[in-house]
Amino acid sequence: MANDPIQQFQIVEIFSFGEIGGMEFAMTNSSVFMIAAVAVISGFLMGATRGRTLVPTRAQSVAELLYSFIANTVRSTTGTEGMKFFPFIFTLFLFVLTCNLLGMFPYFFTVTSHLVVTFALAMAVMTMVLVVGFARHGVRFLELFVPHGVPKPILPFITLIEVISFLSRPISLSLRLFGNMLAGHIVLKVFAGFVVTMGAAGVVGAVGGVLPFAMTVILTAFEFLIAGLQAFVFTVLTCVYLNDALHPHH
Amino acid sequence: MEAEAAKLIGAGLACIGMGGAGIGVGIIFGNYLAGSLRNPSASQAQFTNALIGAALAEGLGIFSLVVALILLFVV
Repeated sequence: MANDPIQQFQIVEIFSFGEIGGMEFAMTNSSVFMIAAVAVISGFLMGATRGRTLVPTRAQSVAELLYSFIANTVRSTTGTEGMKFFPFIFTLFLFVLTCNLLGMFPYFFTVTSHLVVTFALAMAVMTMVLVVGFARHGVRFLELFVPHGVPKPILPFITLIEVISFLSRPISLSLRLFGNMLAGHIVLKVFAGFVVTMGAAGVVGAVGGVLPFAMTVILTAFEFLIAGLQAFVFTVLTCVYLNDALHPHH
Repeated sequence: MEAEAAKLIGAGLACIGMGGAGIGVGIIFGNYLAGSLRNPSASQAQFTNALIGAALAEGLGIFSLVVALILLFVV
C-alpha cells in the first residue's frame, strides 16, 4: 500500500560511513533530524540572547520564558539542590520538545517516534539518577526501596514492589513518549487517508470528505498540544526521579 | 481458529485497556477542575501534579496500544 500510515516511520539511509565490526554506520534521516534539532535549539538560543537588553525583545523573552519555566519546575520538584542538574534537564526538555515539534512539519521525520531514541534518553536519565544517588548517599540510597512506617510483616512485599516499580521506570518513561508520538502521527495519517478515500467516491463523497478534513485540522492542533505536553511530562518525571536520588528518605 | 484471526482479535482486546486510561485521565482532570473551581488560588500550584497524574494514567493506556501494535505489526 502506497499510503501506509506506518511508512512515515521508515528509517532511510542517506549515506554510509562503512562497516565497523559487522555493524553498519550510516547517516540516516533520523540522525539528520537529530542534528537539525540541535542546530535549531542552539541557533535560536544563541541568536535570541546575543544582544541582551533589559527590556527583552520578542525572541529574548521566549528564551527567558523557556528558561524560567523549566527552572521553576526543577526548583519546585527537587528543591534548590536540584538546580545543579538544571543544564541537563533543560537540554533534555529542549531536545525532546524540538524533535516533537519538528515532526509536526509535513514530510519531516519524528525522531521521538522511535523507541530506540526515547529508551536511550530514559536510560541516560536513570543512569544519572543511580550515579547521583549512590555518589551522594552510598549504600543508604537503597533505603529508597524500604519505606518508613510500614508494618514489619508486609515490608518484604512492599520492598519487592518498590524495586519492581523502580525497574519499570525507564520502560514507562520511554514508552510514554514513544507511544504518544507514534499513535498521534498514525491517527493523523489515518484521518488524512479518509479524506482521499471520500474524495475518490464521487461528488457525495467529496462533500462528505469535509468532515474528516476538519477532524484532521483539529487533530493537528491537538498534536501540537501533545508535543509540548509530552516534552514537559518527560522533564517533570525526570525531576521526580532525580528528587528520589537527592532525598531518598521520604 | 487461525493464528492471523487470533492476532487481530487480540489487538482489538488490547485496545479495551485504552478506554480505562481514558476514564482515568478524565477523573484526574475532572477532579482537578472541581478542586480549582472551589479554590482558584491553589489551582496553579497543583497543575503540575495534575499533569503528572494524567501522564502516569495515560502511560498505562499507551502500554495497551503498544501491545496492540506489536500484535499487528511485529508478531
